Amino acid sequence: MADSKTGGAADAIDVAYVARLARLQLSTEEIETFQRQLNSIVDYFKAIREVDVDTVQPMAHAVRVQNIFRADEVRPGLDRELALANAPVHLDDQFSVPKIVE
Amino acid sequence: MNYDVTIGLEVHVQLKTRSKMFCSCSTAFGAEPNTQVCPVCLGYPGALPVMNGEAIRYTVMAGLMLGCKISAYSKFDRKNYFYPDMPKNYQISQYDMPLCLGGSVDIDVGGQAKTIRLTRIHLEEDVGKNMHFARTSGVDFNRAGVPLMEIVSEPDLTSPEEAQAYLVALKQILLYAGVSECNLEQGNLRCDVNCSLRPRGTTPLGTKAEIKNMNTFKGVFHAAHAEIRRQTELLAAGEKIRQETLRYDPDLDITVPMRSKEYAHDYRYFPEPDLLPVVLAPETIQAWADQLPELPRQRRERFVREYGLPEYDAQVLVADKVVADYFEETARQAGNPKAASNWVMTEMLRQLAAQELEIGQAKITPRALGELIRMAESQTINSNTARQVFGILFAEGGEPAQIVKERGWGQVSDSGVLEAAVDQVLAANAKSAADYRAGKKPALQFLVGQVMKVTRGKANPAMVQAMLEQKLV
Ligand SMILES: [Zn+2]
Repeated sequence: MADSKTGGAADAIDVAYVARLARLQLSTEEIETFQRQLNSIVDYFKAIREVDVDTVQPMAHAVRVQNIFRADEVRPGLDRELALANAPVHLDDQFSVPKIVE
Repeated sequence: MNYDVTIGLEVHVQLKTRSKMFCSCSTAFGAEPNTQVCPVCLGYPGALPVMNGEAIRYTVMAGLMLGCKISAYSKFDRKNYFYPDMPKNYQISQYDMPLCLGGSVDIDVGGQAKTIRLTRIHLEEDVGKNMHFARTSGVDFNRAGVPLMEIVSEPDLTSPEEAQAYLVALKQILLYAGVSECNLEQGNLRCDVNCSLRPRGTTPLGTKAEIKNMNTFKGVFHAAHAEIRRQTELLAAGEKIRQETLRYDPDLDITVPMRSKEYAHDYRYFPEPDLLPVVLAPETIQAWADQLPELPRQRRERFVREYGLPEYDAQVLVADKVVADYFEETARQAGNPKAASNWVMTEMLRQLAAQELEIGQAKITPRALGELIRMAESQTINSNTARQVFGILFAEGGEPAQIVKERGWGQVSDSGVLEAAVDQVLAANAKSAADYRAGKKPALQFLVGQVMKVTRGKANPAMVQAMLEQKLV
């Protein structure tokens, strides 16, 4: 994760970069709009910086519960037809996605 | 210029759980695509993961076998990335608080012993499998969510030979620990190879490149060689090494950049809010430690000490845990470890190799082999017959005594019967008898051979020889 203590550029979300990672095609206007909106959300969270947390232990979860395990037992899942029915496209027995170039 | 090679390995090991890491779907290999899936491993909104306790235990057992420090507190994180092999767009993994830290693997290359340090072992879920068609790619999510243990080594390996030795030693320990089937054909063990070069004798490590997703040890060996060649050529031409992700092309024997993973390194890890931390009490860890088997090295030393086996024999026997178990049970049944070792090392391993079988597929049980060894040792049957009986037991199973009886192969030690045969041979071979009396010692072996022939191999050769010597004084 970006180091929240250093502030500045590390906190900014580069919308154009993330869009490229996610293969999203955004127009220049969209990038500007989302950049502005996301910046304001990040700014909002910066309020947390004002809180003194030096004496507080980091916690992984808000609930004080731990060690929730399942037994190693197999149970039936979804029928393939049902699973594939949720996909926008499928090819025979597989989920279909745009061709991946290795 | 000459370069020093530095290699670090990230080995992904499929644990031998029956169900997936965070859902109850089967992990069985070879099922039809997308038949082992559910709302959790398909990433449906609102579906919640629940940890498989057995996967945690297996990972800790592996850590204990490898001398790791087991974390009292560990947690899971989301590793975010965009690639159509995970429906959630993140993989659940462990980032800063893995289950195991440190540890090491001992290797031996060309008689040179070396300790390879481990950085960590963490637990994560496997991803789906992509298949590439003419215009599209397909995704099979059967494998998505299968528990994988990632074992990360320090960059302590200095050659492809060491990398291969490390993988062999690691696999052996994991098989002993009983945490994975380690079946390479089924992709139970996959490996990323980090490789860098630096001018000989200098300290700072060079920029590393990573070869992804190798699934054979020979492949790792060849890929590392190919990558060393590539980097050496680049450096020799005055170029810089880019930190990049590569794949190995076995047909051309070269490493090539993977375009698809170019931007994939920005993982933005954050704690997985759907899972709770794992807190392991010292008593829990101790209870698991108490169930651990011996390490291969310890077992080898014990075989030498306890059974008086030569170092080499002990090493061959412990190489495969199943073979070592088989040997120990045979030794117990036969009451003779040295003879048991000889039989397993020679007849057994030879037949297995010849027929390309695993020891578990041979029909001969340790109890039957033990009995056969006792029969041979007590000279109820001679050594040739024993080998023949072994062949039958190996292929068909059964009881050695029964086989010997049915085929009339029992060794004849009845002195009356033997004497008749000896007399018959002496009468028919008067010249050889005279030769022996005249001092031609080899004539005796010829006469023993004749008696064996007359008795169709069943005579006790030691008794025959003694009898002949007595009669030819
Ligand atoms: Zn599932």
